[in-house]
Amino acid sequence: MPEPDLAFRRQHLLGIEGLEAWEILDLLERADAYVELNRQTAKKLDLLRGLTQVNLFFETSTRTRTSFELAGKRLGADVVNMSVGVSAIKKGETLIDTAMTLNAMHPDVLVVRHHESGAVALLARHVRCAVINAGDGSHEHPTQALLDALTIRRRKGRIAGLTVAICGDLLHSRVARSNILLLLALGARVRLIGPPTLLLPHVEGWGVEMHTDMRRGLTGVDVVMMLRLQTERMQGSYVPSVREYFHYYGLTYDKLALASPDALVMHPGPMNRGVEIDGVVADDIDRSAILDQVEMGVAVRMAVLEALTHRARGGN
Amino acid sequence: MRPLLIAGARLLDPASGLDRTGDLLAVDGRIAALDPAAVPDGAERLDAHGLCLAPGLVDMRVRLGEPGAEHKERFESGCAAAAAGGVTAMACLPDTTPPIDDPAMVEFVARRARRVRGTKVYPYAAVTKGLTGEQIAEMGLLREAGAVAFSDAARAVASARIMRRALQYASALNALVVQLPEEPTLAHGGVMNAGPIASRLGLAGIPAVAEVIMIERDLRLVEMTGARYHAAPVTTAAAVAAIRRAKAQGLPVSCGTTPHHLALNELEVEGYRTFAKVSPPLRSEADRLAVVQGLCDGTVDVIASDHTPQDQDSKRLPFASAEFGVVGVETMLAVTLRLVHDGTISLLELFRAMTVAPARLLGIEGGTLAPGAPADLVLFDLEAPWRITETGLRSLSKNTAFEGRLVQGRVVRTLVDGRTVFAAVP
Repeated sequence: MPEPDLAFRRQHLLGIEGLEAWEILDLLERADAYVELNRQTAKKLDLLRGLTQVNLFFETSTRTRTSFELAGKRLGADVVNMSVGVSAIKKGETLIDTAMTLNAMHPDVLVVRHHESGAVALLARHVRCAVINAGDGSHEHPTQALLDALTIRRRKGRIAGLTVAICGDLLHSRVARSNILLLLALGARVRLIGPPTLLLPHVEGWGVEMHTDMRRGLTGVDVVMMLRLQTERMQGSYVPSVREYFHYYGLTYDKLALASPDALVMHPGPMNRGVEIDGVVADDIDRSAILDQVEMGVAVRMAVLEALTHRARGGN
Repeated sequence: MRPLLIAGARLLDPASGLDRTGDLLAVDGRIAALDPAAVPDGAERLDAHGLCLAPGLVDMRVRLGEPGAEHKERFESGCAAAAAGGVTAMACLPDTTPPIDDPAMVEFVARRARRVRGTKVYPYAAVTKGLTGEQIAEMGLLREAGAVAFSDAARAVASARIMRRALQYASALNALVVQLPEEPTLAHGGVMNAGPIASRLGLAGIPAVAEVIMIERDLRLVEMTGARYHAAPVTTAAAVAAIRRAKAQGLPVSCGTTPHHLALNELEVEGYRTFAKVSPPLRSEADRLAVVQGLCDGTVDVIASDHTPQDQDSKRLPFASAEFGVVGVETMLAVTLRLVHDGTISLLELFRAMTVAPARLLGIEGGTLAPGAPADLVLFDLEAPWRITETGLRSLSKNTAFEGRLVQGRVVRTLVDGRTVFAAVP
């Protein structure tokens, strides 16, 4: 694939924060091409041949890890998965130790997920290779935001000017933070919808609209992004019960009827059917883009791997 | 010990309001006279033209690592750091391992301090046994053993019932109770100030109101019991306003803050800098300015370093896992002098908060140039610039929030009981 004039040239992808719009667009352009490749029978390239990708997951995840693994393998990289149980990593010095140990093995890309905000950036300071943040605590999950953007762009033809509602547990969501930053950078209008206890506080300066009334918040939107509600939020008294949460914040046809008629329904998965989303809405192939998101995930991750290994592949 | 004449210094005594050039004579470890008519034969003469001479700093909030964290600080290293910072007396907090909640532990601190023979160290004792907030400690016996004040250090006494009892009990002893003003259930799990930066970084926030809620509750209990109460560190505008009102009302209350809360705000946390992780957290710029204003108008009585040594393994962690605290005893003078250099506060007012005010609250000697007082002194160059670096620090731990910062004002010599405990290399 020819390199575009303006190409993403960073060492790491630690977050959407700080990225320029053109950098995001460059990644989306590359990803678009990979979507087509992935639909062919022969989907294997040798672009990353000889390069080693390590997926280092301090938090269990099947979907994201598999997506990164497929992306790496389709580009020809040698992919190694390392799962580090939370209990084995009580002390973070082990995080830096792990980083330095891995660094000594000369990987070319590290894909890292960690349960603490900022942990991936900390690790990135102790390795020489490219680092991709596959989710750090409540902070960011940049490839999720990129795949969501790609999904929206392919279904809607654009992102600028659309109104996107992000609903649910915004407070603890790294998906929400990355998506807000990306959507605003590309010119979308963003509405946040959730119970007052789970809205993002102190973000008046971000230029987002806040709604605690889901019906009002959904009125006229082009895209509805649902977030997963961790069931442990009940213990923290963020919400009183699943039943009450579903009643006010669960996505049903009834509430979705207020959005624009062709509004897209998205969810980063894994879904809690009957908690944040009614199963029938999730399964509606005309409205739901949930499986598209999974497909776009592999393409976006291939694009990111390609961009971050530019130098390792001999580029300047 | 030979008598010592320090000649030609700018004498600063916040206790008397003195600020003029003159000489100070120390004999037998005590201040004998200012501008003495006659100097004893054989007196050592120290030319201090162009330098300031003030009472040595009294830092009422330090941790010296002993017992239990000797790998982070020792009395020797902590006292060396203090002396280099112009600190001649300090009170060490009781959150050691085991905690200082027993007369034998208080005596341990006194014994260790005597061995070091540098900066004077006074012990706090716990308000509650084991710092658990459940049962009041033996305040009477602890006081007799030498505890200068009572505090559960980094923990607030959460139960209103226990706090009421502690204040009642302390009032009969005329003892000072020092409370960390943070409502623990509201602060629970928080690692930095709640606000736009915490939201962006995805870190759990400690709301600023957690401070004033605890202070407002305590002020009602002080009203009820008449006990001497000191809230520290105070870091928010609302808390300063509450203390200001309580003082106007005539309650026996005081409060303190730290050099880092006067100098820094929550932006320092940017990039998940664990050396900016302190308890209470660095606040918004508006709160910082309100605390500075409180210092200027006398609402904030004391500046104390809240010196909390942490080794690398405690700080080189993801932000939420890292320990709270910064070292500060060595840099408190240089950092706070910024407020003098930028015209915010007078030199005497700044020194009041770091000398006579804490000395009086703790009921200890020092903090003044009055004849008869111990010759605990700091001689410093108000203008000399230098850069704070981790490697230059004498503390065993290097967790300064001011790494790389250029400051103005350098300690030239520190004396305790007339004896030089620190002299800068010329």
